[in-house]
Amino acid sequence: MDYLLTDEQKMIKDLAHKIAEEKIRPVAAKYDISEEYPWDVLKVIGESDLFGLFIPAEYGGLGVNVMNLCLATEELSRACGGIAVCYAASALGTFPIVLFGNEEQKKKYLPDLASGKKVAAFAVTEPGAGSDASAITTVAKKEGDHYVLNGLKHFITNGGDAETYVVIAMTDKTKGARGATAFIVEKGTPGFTFGKKEDKFGIRASSTRELIFTDCKIPKENLLSKEGMGFIVTMRTFDMSRPGVAAQALGIGQGALELAVKYAKERHQFGKAISSFQGIQWMLADMATEIEAARALVYSTARMVDAGCKDVAKDSAMAKMYASDVAMKVTVDALQIFGGYGYMKDYPIEKYVRDAKITQIYEGTNQIQRSIIALQLIKEYSK
Amino acid sequence: MNIIVCIKQVPETTEVRINPETNTLIREGVKSIINPFDMYAIEAGVRLKEKFGGKVTIVTMGPPQAEAAIRDAIAMGADEGFLVCDRAFAGSDTWATSYTLSGAIKKIGGFDIILCGKQASDGDTAQVGPGISTHLDIPQVTYVKKIEEATDKSIKVERMMEEGYEIIETPLPCLLTVVKEINEPRIPSLKGLMRAKAAKITTLTQKDMSLDPQGLGLCGSPTQVVKIFTPPQRQGGQILTGEAEEVASQLVDLIKDEVH
Repeated sequence: MDYLLTDEQKMIKDLAHKIAEEKIRPVAAKYDISEEYPWDVLKVIGESDLFGLFIPAEYGGLGVNVMNLCLATEELSRACGGIAVCYAASALGTFPIVLFGNEEQKKKYLPDLASGKKVAAFAVTEPGAGSDASAITTVAKKEGDHYVLNGLKHFITNGGDAETYVVIAMTDKTKGARGATAFIVEKGTPGFTFGKKEDKFGIRASSTRELIFTDCKIPKENLLSKEGMGFIVTMRTFDMSRPGVAAQALGIGQGALELAVKYAKERHQFGKAISSFQGIQWMLADMATEIEAARALVYSTARMVDAGCKDVAKDSAMAKMYASDVAMKVTVDALQIFGGYGYMKDYPIEKYVRDAKITQIYEGTNQIQRSIIALQLIKEYSK
Repeated sequence: MNIIVCIKQVPETTEVRINPETNTLIREGVKSIINPFDMYAIEAGVRLKEKFGGKVTIVTMGPPQAEAAIRDAIAMGADEGFLVCDRAFAGSDTWATSYTLSGAIKKIGGFDIILCGKQASDGDTAQVGPGISTHLDIPQVTYVKKIEEATDKSIKVERMMEEGYEIIETPLPCLLTVVKEINEPRIPSLKGLMRAKAAKITTLTQKDMSLDPQGLGLCGSPTQVVKIFTPPQRQGGQILTGEAEEVASQLVDLIKDEVH
């Protein structure tokens, strides 16, 4: 399907494709096993300017464009969902600064994030606050010209490897959601340490870690936006980043489909390539169609966000939910086409199944996405 | 430090097909790329520029579509490009090509180092680089695998040999041909790609350069291609086993049979 990409978008897609094929695919299995952070690949991504796709030009980027970010994320994810999420999670950690940072904060943090010299992370989730982000217990208490952070964040993507963290903490517990505030916290700040590194089912090249704040003093200049704006910062950030998660799912699905078609043409049984059997053909046809439908939804949403459309929450949720459900189904079907070989780690397809699963869970489970869609729908029809 | 990198656009496939009637390469339907060995020359040039300042100029001789190769090189960090293109250059062999390129390089002027890949993946002659240095009458070092040090007056390099390597120091200006061991060519950057898209490529024709018309194209090419063919695949040899004496006499018999 032709999505009428501009010359610049084709350039971004081709470049990300080249990086994926030449620099990511050959090392995807290695990082999946070792769970090391793929710094060498991120260096290449940084040198290619792809980190600049979510940063304004005046701070060393190429201008914030969610569609461009989606194209890059999709292509990188085709080769490895784990390495791609290290990139996409830096976008997630950067968006709050792009959207809400003041001039000094942008000048200080964005150039290094644009060049990929440093990566960012966004820290909302806590052991007791997953889907219910209003239950967070990390507190920030104002004392003179600084805030003192205490609490624990967990499941933080890029945790430990990122240099720049945006952390949501409660400045006024009595106000509930309106008492949450966003802070920029630098790695190395006294009182800020890292806890358990998770041993994950998929996206194993990415780091997922606990952040521990113990009387961690943050200068008041690191307050992002204003006190009480933490949930607005979070929601607006997710509006920007959700199409990216959808694009990641899309890329994983696309990558699995490509491997399945190739395998079906090579694998012979009963004297014929298994791609000549209708049972396989229909599976491939469904997989390709569902991926294309997901792509249309993801690109449309990304373009809406870039065009400045308001109320993209429902569309964003639809794109993320649908693309990740498709990725899950397609990767499982792709493994089925590989048969017994697909179940073995010698073949790359089982990794796609593992990498796809998280896209149904993070940045709002697909159940939460459905709630967002349904609530919006009910609201629209009650006018 | 001003660097000129000579590159060639070649067909992507390693299985080059040849038209048996004309003995020329069949280019239709084959994607064109920068000669893989030239990628190392471009990377070496860009790294020298990053270290010492100056600029990297790309020169290629070829049909108008070879401009794409220059843009790819600019995307990797080169500054400007010249396309040496004229009907008069058609049919050039390595001698005429290196003569024409030397004319282009003289016209561009102001260079310290000329870099070339060790050979092109289609012709495999490895003659154009040395030919350019001969026409320009400057020193050359072929098969460079490492640049040890460079100043504005001289350069010290490691030259790959079949066993070990030589360390050679030569005054500038000079020409180096490089092997793949020298570096890992970078992936272009988006900013580079955008710059490459907008870059103005200068075309140099015969009248832009002071060259002897007799030295150009088919007329200036002493090489005559008599026949090009794909050699038959080598059959597996025969291994003789046993005691040395026994094997020696078997071998003598075999040679005798072969001679008769």
